[in-house]
Amino acid sequence: MAKKAKQVYQDGFSRFNCIKPTTNAVFTLIFILLAVITFLPVVFVFIISISSEASIAQHGYSFFPAELSMESYKYLWQSKDYIGRAFVNSVGITLAGTMLGLVLTSTLGYVLSRPNYYMKGIYTWLLIIPMLFSGGLVARYMVNTQIYHLKNTYWAMILPGACSTFYVVVMRTFFQTTVPDSIIESGKIDGASQLRIFTQLVLPISLPVIATIGLFLTFNYWNAWYGAMLYIDSNHRELYPLQYVLISIEKNISFMARNEDFFHEESMRNLPSETMRMAIVMVVVIPIACSYPFFQRYFVGGLTIGAVKG
Amino acid sequence: MSKINLPVKEDGTPIGKKRRRFTWDDLELTLLSLPTITWLIAFCYVPMFGIIFAFKNYKYKPGKGFLYSLFVSSKWVGFKNFEFLFRSPDIANIFRNTICYNVVFLLIGVTLPVALAIMITMLHSRKVAKVCQTAVFLPHFLSWVVISYFVYAFLSTDKGLVNAIITSMGGEAILWYQEPKYWPYLLTFINTWKTFGYSMVVYMATITGIDQSLYESAVIDGASKWQQTWGITIPLLRPVISIMFIMNVGSIFSTDFGLFFQVTRDSNSLINVTQTLDVYVHKALIQSNNYNYSSAVALLQSILGCILLVFSNIVVKKIDPESGLF
Repeated sequence: MAKKAKQVYQDGFSRFNCIKPTTNAVFTLIFILLAVITFLPVVFVFIISISSEASIAQHGYSFFPAELSMESYKYLWQSKDYIGRAFVNSVGITLAGTMLGLVLTSTLGYVLSRPNYYMKGIYTWLLIIPMLFSGGLVARYMVNTQIYHLKNTYWAMILPGACSTFYVVVMRTFFQTTVPDSIIESGKIDGASQLRIFTQLVLPISLPVIATIGLFLTFNYWNAWYGAMLYIDSNHRELYPLQYVLISIEKNISFMARNEDFFHEESMRNLPSETMRMAIVMVVVIPIACSYPFFQRYFVGGLTIGAVKG
Repeated sequence: MSKINLPVKEDGTPIGKKRRRFTWDDLELTLLSLPTITWLIAFCYVPMFGIIFAFKNYKYKPGKGFLYSLFVSSKWVGFKNFEFLFRSPDIANIFRNTICYNVVFLLIGVTLPVALAIMITMLHSRKVAKVCQTAVFLPHFLSWVVISYFVYAFLSTDKGLVNAIITSMGGEAILWYQEPKYWPYLLTFINTWKTFGYSMVVYMATITGIDQSLYESAVIDGASKWQQTWGITIPLLRPVISIMFIMNVGSIFSTDFGLFFQVTRDSNSLINVTQTLDVYVHKALIQSNNYNYSSAVALLQSILGCILLVFSNIVVKKIDPESGLF
C-alpha cells in the first residue's frame, strides 16, 4: 500500500491535483501539533523519571527540572527482587500467552478455512455465540476461581485472554484467501495428515497473518492488568506483572514503606517514590514505543483483513 | 477425491446429496481444532450458566463447595434482584453515564478520524504524513494504567503541571480528582487521545485504496479538491463509516473499564460522572461482594448488547448486504 501511495504522489497528476501550499502548511501544522500532543505525556513522564526527588518536591513535575538524576533507575535496579520479578513475570506471561493464543487461533482458523469440513456450520456458530452473549463478569470470576481454581496462579493471567473470535476470523480469512487449495491437495495426495499439512505446508506460507495476530496478542498481554486485578491477591506479590505493580502502587502511595522486606535498610531512606513510579511507567512504555513503529504495518494489515469480513 | 467434480454449494456440501459422511479427514481436522473448542467451552460456554446468579440469592455454604452452594442451597428469588436494582437511586445515573459517554465517543470517534484521515492523505510530503501517522498511533498500544499515570502527571493537585501553570498565572489550584464537573470533558479528551490514531489509520487504508482514475476524471471536469472530497472520498468511505458506526452502536452498553476506573483513580467524589455499568459490575463484585446485583446488571448489559448487535447487523445488511457480521 505504501508503495502504491508513493508511486501515486510522484506522478504528474498528483503534483497537479494537490492542495494549495497554504492549506498544506496549515494541515502540516495541525498534524505536527497532534503528534506533539500524542508524544508529550510520554516525554513528560520520562523527564519526571530522570528528575531528582528534591527538584520535584520543590517545583512539582516540570518539563525543565532544576536537577537531573538517575537515582530512580538505580533504585529500580536495587529493588530487582520485586520490580525485576514483575518484569520477568510480564515477559513470561506475554510469551506464554502469545504462543498459546497463536496455537489456539491458527488451528481453529485453519479448520474453519477448509470448505469441506463436516462440522463447519456448528463451529461457526460455536464461535459467534460468545461474541453475542456472555455470562458476565461474576460468572466468569466464579467459574475461574471456584471450578478451575485459577486464583493466584499465572494461568489466571494467561488462559482467559488467549483466544478471541476476531483473531480466529482474521486467521480463517487469510487461510481462505491466500493459501492455494492446490498446496493442501498436493499434501493430501502425498498422504500427509492434516496436522502435517497444517504445520509444514500452511504455516510456513502464512507468516504475515501469524505475525499480525502474534503482535496483537503480544501487545494485549503486555498491557493486560485486569486479570491480575481480579485473580491475584495482595499476598501473592511474586505473581504481579508490571502493569499491576503500577496499580498496586497507585492503590497505596506508601507502598514502598510497607514492603520493607523487599528493600535494603539503607535504600529505605530517601526513597525517590515519585520518580520511581514514573521510572516503572517508562519500563513498561519504552519496549512498546521502541518496537511499534516497526510493527505497525502488520497491525494495519490485520485490521484491513478483519474489516473485510469482520 | 471423486467428490471434487460434483457441483458444490457455497458451504461445501455437495448438491443433491443430503448428508456427507464423516471422513478420516474430518476426524483429523476435529482433533486439530480440539484444543480451541475446549478453550471456547471452558471459558465462554461454562460461564454462561452463571446467569443463574442473577436469579438466586447466592450464599456460600462452607464445606459444601461452590456448585452445591449455587445450585442446591441458594434460594431462587426470581426477578427480585432486578427489582431491587431498579429501585436503587444510582441505576438511572449509571445508565445515563454509560449511554451519554458512548454517544459522545461515537460521534467524535467517527467524525474526527475521518476528517483527519482525509487531511493526512492530502499532505504534500509523504514523509511528514508517515511520521505523524506513526506518532498518533502510539496511544493505541498503551494501557489505561500507563495513561492514568500520564494524566496524573498533569493533574496531580500539588505537583501536576496544569496546577503549576494555573498558580503561576495567579489562579487558584484545582483539586482535579475531587471536582466532578471537569471529568466529562477530561474523559472525552483522554478517550479521543487514545483512540483517534487507530481509527484514522483504518480510514486511511480505505482512502489510499480508492481508484485514482476517479480523481483524474473529476479534475478533468474541473472539480476542486474540496468537491473531490465531498463527491468521491466521502461517498466511497461511507460503507466503512457506517459499519464502524453501527458496530459501535452494538456496544453502547459497555464502556472501557480502564478509562472510567483507572484513569479517575477510583475517586469517590467523581462517582456521579464516572460510574458506568462496567464500573458498577466490578465494584459490586470486588468491593462489596454483591454477587447477585452484579450479575443482574451484567446479564442486563449482555442481553441489551446482544439485541443491539443483532439489530445493528440487520441495519448493516440493509445498507450493504456484503458486509454483515453473520
